Amino acid sequence: MITLDELLERDKKREEDGFKRKIRIGRIVKPGAGNREKIIVVPTTVEEKFVHDDTLLNDQSPGEGEPTGGTGEGEEGDVIGEQPVRPEEGEGQGEGDGEGPGEGQGGEHEMEANAYELGKVLSQDFELPNLKDKGKKRALARYVYDLTDKNRGVGQILDKKATLKKIMETNMSLGRIPDVTRIDTAGFVVSPRDLIFRVLSREKQYESQALVFFLRDYSGSMGGKVTQTVVSQHVMLYSWLVYQYERQVETRFILHDTEAREVTDFQKYYSYKVAGGTKVYTAFQMVNEIVEKENLARDYNIYVFYGTDGDDWEKDGKQTLVEIEKILTYAARIGISVVKHTYTGTKQTEVEKYIQDSGVLDRHSHLIKMDVMGENVDDSRIIQGIKTLIS
Amino acid sequence: MELVNQHAKGIMEECKLRARDAGLRFDDETLEYIVTNRDMIELSPKIMIPTLYDYWVHDVRVLSGKGMYEAYPSNPYETVINTRPAISFYNDNNPDWLNVMIFYHVLAHIDFFQNNLYYKNTWDVDLAGQALADKRLIAQLRSEKGRWVDYVIEFARGIDNLVGFHRDLNRTLTREQGHVPDRIDFYFDRFLQKIKSVPQHVYLKEIDRYNQCQKDHADFFAQVIEQHPEFEEIFQKEKQKISPVKMDVMEYILKYSPFLHREENEWMKSVIHIVRSTSLYFQPQIRTKTMNEGWASFWHAHLFLNDDRIRGHETDFAKVNATVTAMPKVGLNPYALGLRLFEHIQEMEDRGRYSLDYFQLKDAVLRTKYDCTKNTGMDYIFFVRENMEDFSFINTFVDQEFVDRHHLFVAGKRFNPQHNTWQYYIKSKKVADYKQMVINTLHHPPDIYVVEGKTGNGVLYLNHQFENKPLKQDFIENTMIGIEFLWGGPVHLETSVPSAAAHPGSQYINFWDPGAAGKTADSRQSPIQWKRVRYVLKDRKLHKQEL
Repeated sequence: MITLDELLERDKKREEDGFKRKIRIGRIVKPGAGNREKIIVVPTTVEEKFVHDDTLLNDQSPGEGEPTGGTGEGEEGDVIGEQPVRPEEGEGQGEGDGEGPGEGQGGEHEMEANAYELGKVLSQDFELPNLKDKGKKRALARYVYDLTDKNRGVGQILDKKATLKKIMETNMSLGRIPDVTRIDTAGFVVSPRDLIFRVLSREKQYESQALVFFLRDYSGSMGGKVTQTVVSQHVMLYSWLVYQYERQVETRFILHDTEAREVTDFQKYYSYKVAGGTKVYTAFQMVNEIVEKENLARDYNIYVFYGTDGDDWEKDGKQTLVEIEKILTYAARIGISVVKHTYTGTKQTEVEKYIQDSGVLDRHSHLIKMDVMGENVDDSRIIQGIKTLIS
Repeated sequence: MELVNQHAKGIMEECKLRARDAGLRFDDETLEYIVTNRDMIELSPKIMIPTLYDYWVHDVRVLSGKGMYEAYPSNPYETVINTRPAISFYNDNNPDWLNVMIFYHVLAHIDFFQNNLYYKNTWDVDLAGQALADKRLIAQLRSEKGRWVDYVIEFARGIDNLVGFHRDLNRTLTREQGHVPDRIDFYFDRFLQKIKSVPQHVYLKEIDRYNQCQKDHADFFAQVIEQHPEFEEIFQKEKQKISPVKMDVMEYILKYSPFLHREENEWMKSVIHIVRSTSLYFQPQIRTKTMNEGWASFWHAHLFLNDDRIRGHETDFAKVNATVTAMPKVGLNPYALGLRLFEHIQEMEDRGRYSLDYFQLKDAVLRTKYDCTKNTGMDYIFFVRENMEDFSFINTFVDQEFVDRHHLFVAGKRFNPQHNTWQYYIKSKKVADYKQMVINTLHHPPDIYVVEGKTGNGVLYLNHQFENKPLKQDFIENTMIGIEFLWGGPVHLETSVPSAAAHPGSQYINFWDPGAAGKTADSRQSPIQWKRVRYVLKDRKLHKQEL
């Protein structure tokens, strides 16, 4: 049996042979209890042939779907049922959904599926480390059945320890144990209700969940290559986390110049440009505000990644360091990437300098990492950087 | 995977006796295997044939099948493959009483495979053995040629729906009946009337002479050749003109592709040949799904309920049977439709309703009472099972009585902007609409063939016989890239597309806002205008030219 990886490897070869790639990553969504759904990643492909396209039917009105058969009472024109256009949250998509490109689901799923695959490749091929769980768990509305509930008299598995305790209790109250140092078990009375069984019951399942803040300087100096390098590093970091947390990852994007602002998606995070000044602390401050306001520290493993060209109006970084110290009290990791402009040469940038000088890297060596690289680096250097940031 | 145990085999053999008594006909030898759900998942991309050649697309399907099973576990009871001896697979957790029902179902499938004329070309084939030989050949080629074997399989499969199933079947059937293109018909219909333009009295005289010759067992043509020595030559020429042996696209490429005829590419032919014959093998199955499942359901119910071994499991049976053969409130179930249609045909024929008398009866009350107790229904459905496929089955026998009796209708689906829902409604209860709706779901590959006159100078010219259904746009390029590879030169495809002016773009439903289309355009579009275009694929690049 061929594995998914082997299939993808072959698909790569197709391109070398001058044909288009054929394998896509599809997802099958399984509705779960409550509103948790399970997502299964599977490869999909379409065998292309000349076939009729039935979507262009002559006699169909706009807004009308394909007709099918039916049976039951009623006259022509009677409405026999309604179905929500968009499935309710947690409601499954049913069969056939995993097949074919497009999926009719919009791009977001695809993006996430790709990120997952990329994260897997990064983790395996580039030997990125596996996460050590910080232990913060978030309750999800998913249930498993386990033998946890106890039941007297009848049940599935006899809980011997609990039963023995119960027998002791009974016999004590009956006065059959006059001396606890010399117990005669032969004289015990055992009531059927003393038997304690464990029975299957619904248990909440806890899963770890990550929240990643991506922070980026978008001031005037961040033109061209620098932004590209920062962003591609952040994309890969995201992928890695998606894989590590089995998709239980939420992302927040913050941009800053002299002020910080939150944007809604990666697209905006990547493409916004302004020509303003630079105050690094504003971004970190915003992280603290958000975490506090939404009380996120309790439920999430929080990661903060920051990318900059190292320029800061606040030369000594006092305010920045205060904010960073605050984040360190709850975050799983802060990763700072400084991408230097070529013209900076070997000179230390402001951010680099004050972070180094403050000693925070040594004091919290397991929580905060910094990576400094030039703007003209290649992918392997960027991945190297990721290793530094998450090591 | 293992053979069923002796106990189950005993049950099966008993089922065979009873099925034969009821009129089903099938070979003595059958093989039954017990398999797990996991085996079923792994077999299904190979259409349940364990020995079918390996191909990466099957692996993709297995992987997604496993994912699907994880999300939506299901428990198929059985599958049968049409081979000699017939092989069937049973899920490992069926109880005995259920196996009795399933064995009957399977035996009816085997009866269908071995008696329906559309399967004629599969009757003498040990498919499992053939497939194994093919699989070994492909494995051996793969070890020599690497992934290029898979490209050839892929490209061949890209056109394996264009195999001339009916042509092949026709060749077999006519050869069997010793059917030579008719000399008599040609002589009277064309030669005398069109070519010689003889006056009517001469023509009638020739007919008389022909009848006389028939009576006397004399050779009619002896005199014809005496009179018209050129007849034989003209006839032979015309015969070729009228019915040249047409080849399907795959055959044509196999025979004439300059690329495949190069010595280093000869091996590809055997791969294409395997793909083509595999596709041909499954054509009857695709084309008789409703009938085949209906027939099996008809018999499992009939035989099961008459089997004394299952006393006490009638309710269990009813439950399983209902899930298999229930008519869904919305949707089509081939098991249910086929079963009811066979029952309907049997009853109609029993009461003599396929007759002119009944047809001419206009009084609705008399129609419902009409019964001339012909009682030939059972023979008739055996006739139907032998001679029809899904299209003729549905087109012939779905009638208003059937639609009314089972309260069938065409269910429409439209967007309700007030509730933001899809609304299902009864669109039509007319038999014509219902029939058309079912027929639209049947397997119907586009009719695409090689135009020999335009093929030449290295170009392969394909024509799409347009049936008011365009080809799926996204698939054209890659399919043609495959054909170009196998042909070794540019490929042209003539087809029709909606002309830009009348392009009903608003008919596509916007997934996120299905009401959007309806708000802007008026509810009824003018019919689509079509124009002929030619797709040209050269050096893996696709161009479109208007004609």
